[in-house]
Amino acid sequence: MSLVNIKIEGRPYQVEEGLTILEAARQCGYEIPSLCSFNHGECNQGSCRVCLVEATGARGLAASCVYQVAEGMEVLINSPKAVAARRTSVELLLSNHNVNCQQCGKSGQCELQNVARIVGAREGMFKGAKTPTTYDDVSPSIVRDTSKCILCGRCVERCKNAHGNGVLGFQNRGFDAKVGPAMDISFADSPCIMCGQCVTVCPTGALLPKSEIDKVDFARAQGKYMVVQTAPAVRAALGEEFGLPIGTPVTGKMAAALRRLGFNRVYDVDFGADLTIMEEANELLDRVKSGGVLPMITSCSPGWVNYAETYYADLLPHLSSCKSPHQMQGAIIKSYFAQAHGLDPKDIFVVSIMPCTAKKSEKDRAQMEVDGIRDVDAVLTVCELGDLIKRSGMQFNRLPEEGFDYDIMGTSTGAGVIFGVTGGVMEAALRTAYRVLEGKEHDAVVFNAVRGFDGIREATIAMGGMDVKVAVASGMANAKILLDQIREGTSPYHFIEIMGCPGGCINGGGMPIVRHCFLPNEDVDIVDTYRAKRARALYTEDERNTLRQSHNNPQIIELYSRFLEKPNSHKAHELLHTTYAGREPFRVQDH
Amino acid sequence: MARLSGASVARIEEICDAYQGEKTPLVMILSDIQREFGYVPLEVQEVVSRKTGLSVAEIYGVVTFYSFFSLTPKGKHVIGCCLGTACYVKGAQRIIDRFCNDLGIEPGGTTDDGMFTIDALRCIGACAAAPAVTIDGKVYARVDISQVPGIISAYRQMEGGAE
Repeated sequence: MSLVNIKIEGRPYQVEEGLTILEAARQCGYEIPSLCSFNHGECNQGSCRVCLVEATGARGLAASCVYQVAEGMEVLINSPKAVAARRTSVELLLSNHNVNCQQCGKSGQCELQNVARIVGAREGMFKGAKTPTTYDDVSPSIVRDTSKCILCGRCVERCKNAHGNGVLGFQNRGFDAKVGPAMDISFADSPCIMCGQCVTVCPTGALLPKSEIDKVDFARAQGKYMVVQTAPAVRAALGEEFGLPIGTPVTGKMAAALRRLGFNRVYDVDFGADLTIMEEANELLDRVKSGGVLPMITSCSPGWVNYAETYYADLLPHLSSCKSPHQMQGAIIKSYFAQAHGLDPKDIFVVSIMPCTAKKSEKDRAQMEVDGIRDVDAVLTVCELGDLIKRSGMQFNRLPEEGFDYDIMGTSTGAGVIFGVTGGVMEAALRTAYRVLEGKEHDAVVFNAVRGFDGIREATIAMGGMDVKVAVASGMANAKILLDQIREGTSPYHFIEIMGCPGGCINGGGMPIVRHCFLPNEDVDIVDTYRAKRARALYTEDERNTLRQSHNNPQIIELYSRFLEKPNSHKAHELLHTTYAGREPFRVQDH
Repeated sequence: MARLSGASVARIEEICDAYQGEKTPLVMILSDIQREFGYVPLEVQEVVSRKTGLSVAEIYGVVTFYSFFSLTPKGKHVIGCCLGTACYVKGAQRIIDRFCNDLGIEPGGTTDDGMFTIDALRCIGACAAAPAVTIDGKVYARVDISQVPGIISAYRQMEGGAE
């Protein structure tokens, strides 16, 4: 690594060669506004012109997100010329924007709004025509409003990086240019897997999760029996909505907040995760013993399931037939729980708090019901829960630490909580599979080989007289490699975990956004480290739990003995398992 | 993709294969398809995507970027009205307006009988002939608004249809 000497605002600094001015300045303690560039040039269009600075050697002003530092360079961020240019850039962007900030779901976390304030953008500087808008709220997961799009291209890049063959692209030219799926169709009719990675990088409100807060309000107003359940990853990030450092677990305050929001029962999907492991680990062992379809692939991630149904329909028999944890738990709430409490399942309204936008469409799948009773009625993202709490007037950070409701499904294990991070389902399944095959617990609780953030990780574990080979992938670009191996008949694995979002649920499309400009107290490399910090919160909760294996959850044992009989029983299949069907990538009418 | 015949799919795949060694074959592939089929609809883009590994979104972006490509079938005769600077100052707007009026379509549109498509073109490099119109590649120089009905009926008669 060689260093170069530069000056910023006349002060000397030594920075790494090859850095852009923007990255170098950040390391030196300056935050240059930018809308198109995203961390280390994941999207480097240099198109928004909001990061202009004066730099010696540059012809005119330099776009600091793409212009690299050089020996002896002098950078001026605060010169009158640079300041005026950045203001003009922002005013031009605003001239073709709907500037309806008060009603926008991104208000307060919008980078355009933030930068407009910083540069002192004036109203109505460039009046003229506006690009015709596409507004798409047809899909259950994501809303696209091109009147707020600044054509930065971040979503295009993220979709492509995460999933290989992206769904989003630029279309048309000049003033008619737009970003969207081919043919400008709805996400609902496109090959979009609803993961929401695009939402996590959008600088404005052009891409947002579809809110279901109204649905929850309506159910409450109707006097429904409200049951809420929170996914593992939620506790690792909800605090961010209230200014807490990234990676602060807020399990206790979250439970307290949900109870104060008027939910009759507050449960943890970690219980459902334990249940999933019981079903899934036993399904795997059945397949191994009976010569069933292998490798078996996890089915917890609805983004991944959407992808499989769209692009790998021939491999659907490889997917575990298990519903995802919150769907399983929803089905149990409306059967076992309802019976125990003498409730009519029709009067119960189950709300899942999820790190995920794809879960919103998963709960709407035709298969996700038992005898006409939907497993789950509404799915809120972490951000939506943050909004609900803020609306209620509660001071989240002053809430006491409380627990989940204890009865019937209040106990969960460390195995359940690590579902929220890539490799977690695999690790949880291995803990239980080992116990089933060997008749004793694995010496080390932790399976380190499946942890971490490499795109693909693999491990071989000796159990039951055989070497069980497993692999873990997150993001469809990585998963594709493992899937193509299966297609070609060269896959050496017995069991594969696939998560739709890179890094797993802790990086889901429903999680709080992570931006340098809104996190002045976090480290300068926070956009690189936030996933590991959120993961640590979950691993810590696993370590602190006295129960580390799903099969040791006493309430799971009770659920089987009193209700389900045994894993993969007829009753379990009725309530906890599902089916898949291939689908066309583009589901559009003749045009 | 149900609406593409097996023969069409095979032909599109053949076109894609012809450019296998190229670094950036997309525009060439799409040009061949546009010339041969007259348009590049979604179903065709899906085949190209499968063959090239490029996303449909990216292919659609290219198709909608260049006015040469069309998502809907073009008419048998494509009337290209140049609206480049020289033609424009010589009254090209009135020429295209007259074509549109007489055929009852908008620029970019195609008549219901599939006979004519009107395209608004940027400079076609025939400035000396301004205002210029091209029909099926043939250039009509210094077109006057009064000639428009005659040009249209000449093509109609060529097709054997009565006025």
